[in-house]
Amino acid sequence: MTSILTYTFKNLPSTSKWALRFSVRPLSCSSQLRAAPGIFFELYLKAAQTKSKKTLAKPHVRNVVVVDGVRIPFLLSGTSYKDLMPHDLARAALSGLLHRTSVPKDVVDYIIFGTVIQEVKTSNVAREAALGAGFSDKTPAHTVTMACISANQAMTTGVGLIASGQYDVVVAGGVELMSDVPIRHSRKMRKMMLDLNKAKTLGQRLSLISKFRLNFLSPELPAVAEFSTNETMGHSADRLAAAFAISRPEQDEYALRSHSLAKKAQDEGLLSDVIPFKVPGKDTVTKDNGIRPSSLEQMAKLKPAFIKPYGTVTAANSSFLTDGASAVLIMAEEKALAMGYKPKAYLRDFVYVSQDPKDQLLLGPAYATPKILEKAGLTMNDVDAFEFHEAFSGQILANFKAMDSDWFAQNYMGRKVKVGLPPLEKFNTWGGSLSLGHPFGATGCRLVMAAANRLRKEGGQYALVAACAAGGQVCHSRSTGASGKSFSLKQSKLIQECLI
Amino acid sequence: MVASRAIGSLSRFTGSRTLRCPGYICRTFTGSSALLTRTHVNYGVKGDVAVVRINSPNSKVNTLNKELQSEFTEVMNEIWASDQIRSAILISSKPGCFIAGADINMLAACKTHQELMQISQEGQRLFEKLEKSTKPIVAAISGSCLGGGLESVVFIFTGPGLKPPEERTIEYLEEVAVTFAKGLADKKISPKRDKGLVEKLTSYAMGIPFVRQQIYKKVEEKVRKQTKGLYPAPLKIIDVVKTGIEQGSDAGYLAESQKFGELAMTKESKALIGLYHGQVLCKKNKFGAPQKEVKHLAILGAGLMGAGIAQVSVDKGLKTILKDATLAGLGRGQQQVFKGLNDKVKKKALTSFERDSIFSNLTGQLDYQGFEKADMVIEAVFEDLSLKHRVLKEVEAVIPDHCVFASNTSALPINEIAAVSKRPEKVIGMHYFSPVDKMQLLEIITTEKTSKDTTASAVAVGLKQGKVIIVVKDGPGFYTTRCLAPMMSEVIRILQEGVDPKKLDSLTTSFGFPVGATTLVDEVGVDVAKHVAEDLGKAFGERFEGGSLELLRQMVSKGFLGRKSGKGFYIYQEGMKSKNLNSDMDSILASLKIPPKPDVSSDEDIQYRLVTRFVNEAVMCLQEGVLATAAEGDIGAVFGLGFPPCLGGPFRFVDLYGAQKIVDRLRKYEAAYGKQFTPCQLLVDHANSPNKKFYYQ
Repeated sequence: MTSILTYTFKNLPSTSKWALRFSVRPLSCSSQLRAAPGIFFELYLKAAQTKSKKTLAKPHVRNVVVVDGVRIPFLLSGTSYKDLMPHDLARAALSGLLHRTSVPKDVVDYIIFGTVIQEVKTSNVAREAALGAGFSDKTPAHTVTMACISANQAMTTGVGLIASGQYDVVVAGGVELMSDVPIRHSRKMRKMMLDLNKAKTLGQRLSLISKFRLNFLSPELPAVAEFSTNETMGHSADRLAAAFAISRPEQDEYALRSHSLAKKAQDEGLLSDVIPFKVPGKDTVTKDNGIRPSSLEQMAKLKPAFIKPYGTVTAANSSFLTDGASAVLIMAEEKALAMGYKPKAYLRDFVYVSQDPKDQLLLGPAYATPKILEKAGLTMNDVDAFEFHEAFSGQILANFKAMDSDWFAQNYMGRKVKVGLPPLEKFNTWGGSLSLGHPFGATGCRLVMAAANRLRKEGGQYALVAACAAGGQVCHSRSTGASGKSFSLKQSKLIQECLI
Repeated sequence: MVASRAIGSLSRFTGSRTLRCPGYICRTFTGSSALLTRTHVNYGVKGDVAVVRINSPNSKVNTLNKELQSEFTEVMNEIWASDQIRSAILISSKPGCFIAGADINMLAACKTHQELMQISQEGQRLFEKLEKSTKPIVAAISGSCLGGGLESVVFIFTGPGLKPPEERTIEYLEEVAVTFAKGLADKKISPKRDKGLVEKLTSYAMGIPFVRQQIYKKVEEKVRKQTKGLYPAPLKIIDVVKTGIEQGSDAGYLAESQKFGELAMTKESKALIGLYHGQVLCKKNKFGAPQKEVKHLAILGAGLMGAGIAQVSVDKGLKTILKDATLAGLGRGQQQVFKGLNDKVKKKALTSFERDSIFSNLTGQLDYQGFEKADMVIEAVFEDLSLKHRVLKEVEAVIPDHCVFASNTSALPINEIAAVSKRPEKVIGMHYFSPVDKMQLLEIITTEKTSKDTTASAVAVGLKQGKVIIVVKDGPGFYTTRCLAPMMSEVIRILQEGVDPKKLDSLTTSFGFPVGATTLVDEVGVDVAKHVAEDLGKAFGERFEGGSLELLRQMVSKGFLGRKSGKGFYIYQEGMKSKNLNSDMDSILASLKIPPKPDVSSDEDIQYRLVTRFVNEAVMCLQEGVLATAAEGDIGAVFGLGFPPCLGGPFRFVDLYGAQKIVDRLRKYEAAYGKQFTPCQLLVDHANSPNKKFYYQ
């Protein structure tokens, strides 16, 4: 765990300063990895001007639109955001959203945020951030958690609330601060401290204190591994790569592609959802800082981070620990139109799936993609933009191989034929989690906004978003763990016409 | 020895873990034409690396037999001779198994120890060649590798991919090994491993003769204590190691092959091999697959046995209802199951998550809710016929027609329990042994009315629970209890004759019993022993007499029930390892003292009085048809009652020791004590015709 962090840092320009900080925080790394893969998120976008494909509107269901969305720059953990608290980042994203959309505060009915590693002081981080960002104190807010698809869960919860007619305007977002994670006293120490609280007499207190042992002081770090299987996510990813026979060069090549495309998108100013963030006491951050296109030769030098010495997953082909926050404004279509907005996309369908948390932890997208396509009545060819969360190169490539295999479809998914490969020229063309970073709780909104902005820029109609996440809370039955979700987003001609 | 010597030559991998998966069909390999000519060992060439694949035909595991050895030698010679090949990897095509060890049948087929010595020497020569190989050889191992294979370890297992996981795991292992072999051949990877500090210190210390002598002494002492001199192999292994270290490896190898030859010809070896075969036999369901697989199990009574049965069921994935009459009793049972699982977590055999998910298979309740779905009900209520009748009637009112009713009883005849059943063909006995999660044996008892499908179902459940199963006919005490009872009766008499309980314990353990005879009474429970003795005494009369039942009755009345009540012949205290005699027993023993008969009271006689009564009764069970086969009799005695494994079970013992000698002993004791020692007809037949054996292998 530590090593992956260290490696990541070595590749940074400003190594020395951070290297120490990095290596002392193995726990954060672990949690990142744990949460990274698992859930799966998809969406479709229907672009206005292009081909007249059918609309995905459903009778008797309200149309839900994304008006716009923003994110603060995603930074390697331990860099500029390191002294902040999670709600500070979330607040910045919320303020930025208010600024970008000029939505009147009192119009917002509800706020939902996703997060994974919770800061205990702000367990409902959505509410703390909303209050600080100047939203009305009459606007309720709640926080959701679902590993790496927490922001997706925040958005789909919002979609559900709007579609069912409860609300018209919802803000959804996500935040993660891996620069600081809760490290607890040991259970024994906690127990003694709580008992001390209840002790009434000096005698009782002294007898409790006399039971103190030095080992009570050893801290409890956030879990290094998937709770149900005890396996770290990196180890799991390495096994997945082995299972699908994905070589190290293939993985490095894919990671390099992600970084190169992200660099290009950043240079060309395509990442328009990024808003500047003036960090208190520090300079204004304007750009993601994890994008670092290297060379295959450089990458080949890294040692495997998890399964040593024969593994193939390295620091360079994994997503890194990231701080960041994002937020989107979701509305009922008629409300948005009435308020004079020109929405960016419809949010159409979504699907969550879950599988065995051990061997299929990272295969969510392979399972969810055919499902969501079926639900929307589309095929792979109809989709114009794919945005998949990249936890590990090996994980993305394994999902590709699974999607392209009839054998896998028949033996594991109970389907007759494979769903097929997403065309690479439509896939994560502005970079992905490997290069842009992956603040667990915030990645979902980034994926949706990237997909929406790409449709708009490239003139597509449908986009599909997918992510995988760690098991944990979705385990209703004991054999399931990892879950996936997808949802569709489309932009209709009608909106364009009305608004133009 | 062979194994450890070879370590240096075979570079090894380390890695994660293995996956064993039965029922996987081995893929076939394509490769050079040489492949087709051999059945056990083949090889193909990848670049300049020879991939040697070991794959014994028609077997789940690879075993070292003559064919495999000779083919392997041929293959290796070709590899060493080839100019194109610079390194080699050895890999098994069996999922989760490299080489399981020597082929037992090959060893059993040897007539003399010279033959065995030769086999051993061939193996040694082969390993020596591997060790001296100029081309690097990498053993790629996933899964079990014992005996001659004990060199290297590898592990990685993959999840679902584009092929079945087992297949891909082997393929992946091969890829890694080939890369590694290339690295060794190109000198990119060094086969030398840095010695750790502890290792360096150890090898330094072992260089001092005095230290070595002390170590030999200590090891020998420990081995003697554990084996009580009954198992010759561990001591000879120490000898061989000693010879190897003190006189050099040539002498060591020679000693090894000699001792190997000697050991394989011993009675102990034959007895243990016999047990192995018997165990394999008792791990099969000879009644075929039941019509309906048991998926929902219900257990009545959350006592020690009920909870134990529940534990071995839930951890194999059976949905199990545990029903008791009281909340306190149920809670105790649930805690026992949880503790059993949690102990595995402490030993890292399970994760806490796995424990929780296994534990969720258990439903604790006080009523009959859900019994309408049960495929089998096992009752483990108190050993009281009227109580068993009551629960049988209650249960039959709520269970579906196909549901099997099994009774866990150690002595109550099943047909008496089944007498009140509406469907006696569905009633069967399943006699578990305590502690259920540790004792391997399950004795299944069929009545004349029990249907074959019911038996098949009970055996299937038992196998699922991981048990070794014997199926016997109904009768008082079935097989196991019936063999034990006369021996117990003799234990009481011996104690009454004034033998110290501790001395009796040591006499029995030195004969090979894992638990001393006196301690065994305490473990079984004095009340249970009394109950059984009374019941079987009534059924079998004079033959089961011996010690006075009064002794047990007085113990019960004083509350000396054995371990469970804290007092029996010994005193049991929580956390105390050594146990002291219960001094309150002195007066009871004194009041019931009988004079010993000097000519049958030597230490050896005491041992044989116990064993011959046991053996005689076992043979009688076979004679009467309670037992179907002698093999089941041996398995039942060894796995259920702790009959000395080095003797192989009562029947193997008769074969190896000689029926005549046993009959002679019985006659001698018969003269002193009467009918209790009268040898049964079958035993006499065997004594009269020395060619008659229970086993002909």
